[in-house]
Amino acid sequence: MAVRNPEIKYTKLFINNEWVNSKSGKTFPTLNPTTAEKIVDVAEADKADVDAAVVAAKAAFKPGSLWRTVDASARGRLMLKLCDLLERDRVHLASLETLDNGKPYGDSHFDIGCAIDTIRYFAGWCDKIHGDTIPVDGNFLTFTRKEPIGVVGSIIPWNYPILMAAWKLSPALATGCTIILKPAEQTPLTALYIASLIKEAGFPAGVVNVVPGYGPTAGAAISEHPNIDKVAFTGSTEVGKIIFGAAAKSNLKRVTLELGGKSPIIICEDADVDEAANIAHGAIFNNHGQNCVAGSRTFVQAKIYDEFVKKATTLANDRKVGDPFVDGTQQGPQIDQAQLNKIEDLIQSGKTEGAKLECGGGRHGQKGYFVQPTVFSNVKDNMRIAKEEIFGPVQQILKFDTLEEALTRANDTKYGLAAGIITKDINKALTFIQTVQAGSVWVNCYDAVAPQAPFGGFKESGQGRELGEAALKEYLETKTVTIALELKV
Amino acid sequence: MNKMLKSVISAAPASRKVLATLGSKVVSLSTAAAPKPIPKPEILYTGIFINNEWRKSASGKVFPTINPTNGEVITEIQEGDRADIDAAVKAAQSAFAYGSEWRTMDASKRGVLLNRLADLIERDREYLASLETLDNGKTFIDSYYLDLPHAINVLRYYAGWADKNHGKVIPMDGNHFAYTRHEPVGVCGQIIPWNFPIMMLAWKLGPALSMGNTVIMKPAEQTPLTALYVAQLIKEAGFPAGVVNIVPGYGPTAGGAIVDHNGVDKVAFTGSTEVGKLIQQRANLKRVTLELGGKSPNIIFKDSDMDHAVKMAHFGLFLNQGQCCCAGSRVFVEEAIYDEFVERSVEAAKARKVGDPFDLTTQQGPQIDEEQFNKILGLINEGKREGAKLLTGGGRHGDRGYYIQPTIFGDVQDNMRIAQEEIFGPVKQILKFKTTDELIARANKTIYGLAAAIFTKDLDRALHVSSALKAGTVWVNTYDAFAPQTPFGGYKMSGIGRELGEYGLHNYTEVKSVIMAVPQKNS
Repeated sequence: MAVRNPEIKYTKLFINNEWVNSKSGKTFPTLNPTTAEKIVDVAEADKADVDAAVVAAKAAFKPGSLWRTVDASARGRLMLKLCDLLERDRVHLASLETLDNGKPYGDSHFDIGCAIDTIRYFAGWCDKIHGDTIPVDGNFLTFTRKEPIGVVGSIIPWNYPILMAAWKLSPALATGCTIILKPAEQTPLTALYIASLIKEAGFPAGVVNVVPGYGPTAGAAISEHPNIDKVAFTGSTEVGKIIFGAAAKSNLKRVTLELGGKSPIIICEDADVDEAANIAHGAIFNNHGQNCVAGSRTFVQAKIYDEFVKKATTLANDRKVGDPFVDGTQQGPQIDQAQLNKIEDLIQSGKTEGAKLECGGGRHGQKGYFVQPTVFSNVKDNMRIAKEEIFGPVQQILKFDTLEEALTRANDTKYGLAAGIITKDINKALTFIQTVQAGSVWVNCYDAVAPQAPFGGFKESGQGRELGEAALKEYLETKTVTIALELKV
Repeated sequence: MNKMLKSVISAAPASRKVLATLGSKVVSLSTAAAPKPIPKPEILYTGIFINNEWRKSASGKVFPTINPTNGEVITEIQEGDRADIDAAVKAAQSAFAYGSEWRTMDASKRGVLLNRLADLIERDREYLASLETLDNGKTFIDSYYLDLPHAINVLRYYAGWADKNHGKVIPMDGNHFAYTRHEPVGVCGQIIPWNFPIMMLAWKLGPALSMGNTVIMKPAEQTPLTALYVAQLIKEAGFPAGVVNIVPGYGPTAGGAIVDHNGVDKVAFTGSTEVGKLIQQRANLKRVTLELGGKSPNIIFKDSDMDHAVKMAHFGLFLNQGQCCCAGSRVFVEEAIYDEFVERSVEAAKARKVGDPFDLTTQQGPQIDEEQFNKILGLINEGKREGAKLLTGGGRHGDRGYYIQPTIFGDVQDNMRIAQEEIFGPVKQILKFKTTDELIARANKTIYGLAAAIFTKDLDRALHVSSALKAGTVWVNTYDAFAPQTPFGGYKMSGIGRELGEYGLHNYTEVKSVIMAVPQKNS
């Protein structure tokens, strides 16, 4: 069903519902990570293009504009129409995603389903965003209006291109903002195709603009822009800090950040070891380990440690690595050379710092950016592989004695995105839930993410929440209105 | 304006602006082709719908549904009674059983099904609007541009709530982890009226299904046809069997059986205050919500925009042949502008075109049936007898069907029957007032409290009077502005509970507190 060589129709910038070349005329290549070869050249946005996009987005947001004056429910109808179009073109989009990102076709196809569910969820919120009427002291009628923040700059990563586009577009559209979306330079193709669907669905010109380009140029132009009211970023903690600073320095634009993680998954001795090994395997190896919530520190209680390590190793050895367009492939290539280098460097540090390499440990094949599923056991908390985000198919297994100890060690990180526990014991579960410092806590599961539930990080894993009702307030500005009355009512 | 957005807007309920300008011409919001009414729509479903199947009544009895334009029988419908309600309750209970398909479905999927139902109703909009006009007598223009889009939008609105009804996690005293589950109530009996059949169906099914309940619906005996057609669409949309059951029949029999049945967890009723009281007494502690009658005051201050106020007051009373629970049936006009207001109102009423509802230029069709027809004429006579000034109309229109002339009484006094009792017909009462305080007291002096309206340009007066009026909905400088997002319901004897908006969810939610002991709590 997958299309190996999907037709690539859109490679220009999408501004004001039109396809335009970059002002500079420059383009950049997007590569196929399976082969390391160029797929196509895409128009490269820089500051001048971001400026043009802001002009369009600002006009679309003007009071009295179509977008500002339509019924809130009408925004929801447009979003549902977009869902229909995504479903219609699902095969093409999934093929494009696998070509540009390298994840297995089945994963791409699944991602689109999640993207559709997310947009549909937020479509339902459009006309349900309520202000309050408030009984204040004094003779006043006081109420709050929840207004859209305005022009939003959204910078999304390459690990889940379509899904991240959906996560960023949904709450912004639901609340009535206008958007400038910068997809990652590694994976611009599906964002540009979605732009064509946004136009087809009937969103007014300027509501969504897509400007592919690089972080230090187009991305920086967004975070520094004086006429952008909010920036939303998903990516590394390092870049998140830069964006946060630039946002403050320029115009105090509101900021939400979804950053890195080094998430612990804790396997208690009362767990079914088979089941736990499976869950932990998925937790680290899904999406080639290129997952912000990857369960990259697997804490296993002493009693079941040896058995667990054996099972984990078997699972890793059995993982099918290869061409993402082939049925049955579970792991494709990593995204690019830079990531490959970083992963290899960290694997090497694991070896030199004394962790035990159970399987894998290097590159897979000669072509493209494939890495062998790798398992380290006997990992110690102070090793680089236990502290730094690897973002690759590398599992770290650490031993613990008591749950209290595991909790302390689990929290001993600057990150706080997710955490998991596998146990049958209700008290252990409830204690863990309270104490672990993580935005998403999973009990007897992992990676259970749904559009209805908020998602985001404690500490240096981010600021603010995406998904769920919680996402809406990140795109709203509260206006308190107080009307003087002659008499109290 | 781009085409897609335009057609989205045209699917929205027709604005007041559109209806008010409907004179002798058809006004369309969209560039799509004008709809074609079907004066003799084929009637496909006349049975009882239980468990996604059609069946005959257990008793074998049928009842006629009448065409109010001529008093003739349209067709015969299977008449549901106690035995049929029993079967429906069994089906609804089974569909609601713990572990059933409906109970284990993702909440978001319930929303998908509701959206699909909305799509199907939209697909068959022309046909359903024609069926509604045939059975109820309301103009096709109203059915097509008001009733159908509003019903569709209500279903879509509640589709969006399906996975958004949040319980709470609560910082309880003691070492506890405490949270609330918002669960569906269970089997819901829904008894709906004949004045806005398909709209009332949407108001009831929307929140009930969104929250995961199962339903037994009894449409009014005067207007079963659109409900039965929608039953088949419910099956087509993919709702599991037993989730929605539709049993046509009469109030005292089928309706009574629903209220009496121990297997029904909740009753929702829209209809007269008289019947609402009976239901409340008989329900045996089932959860009950009621949308009942009204005698809503429409208050015109001298600083209002006169043209606009006259138009809105006309629309606020005469809409749907006066058969609206929230009809502005007591028009209070400030003394200084009384004479001019009366003159202009009479002019508007005289221009109202009464006739065949399938004619696209008709503005008023027949009343629903002979009983209502007689009641309205009776109250008109009371008005004359008690000394109100008959300014226009006052009797039957034509000699066939249940048509009544648009009627206006002036110089109405508060204690007259026409000022106190709900007429539910095209009969407008105009009363004079001097001061605001007097006006507020008189407006509130009624057993009812469904709606009210104020026409004024003064900000403070608008806020003060709207706060003082005992009514569930207060309109300022408009009338009958309805939307799925905003709650609607009555103070006092106009009802209990609210429909529409987020508030509408509460009626269909049962709250369970779950409290788990924890070894040691932390904030």
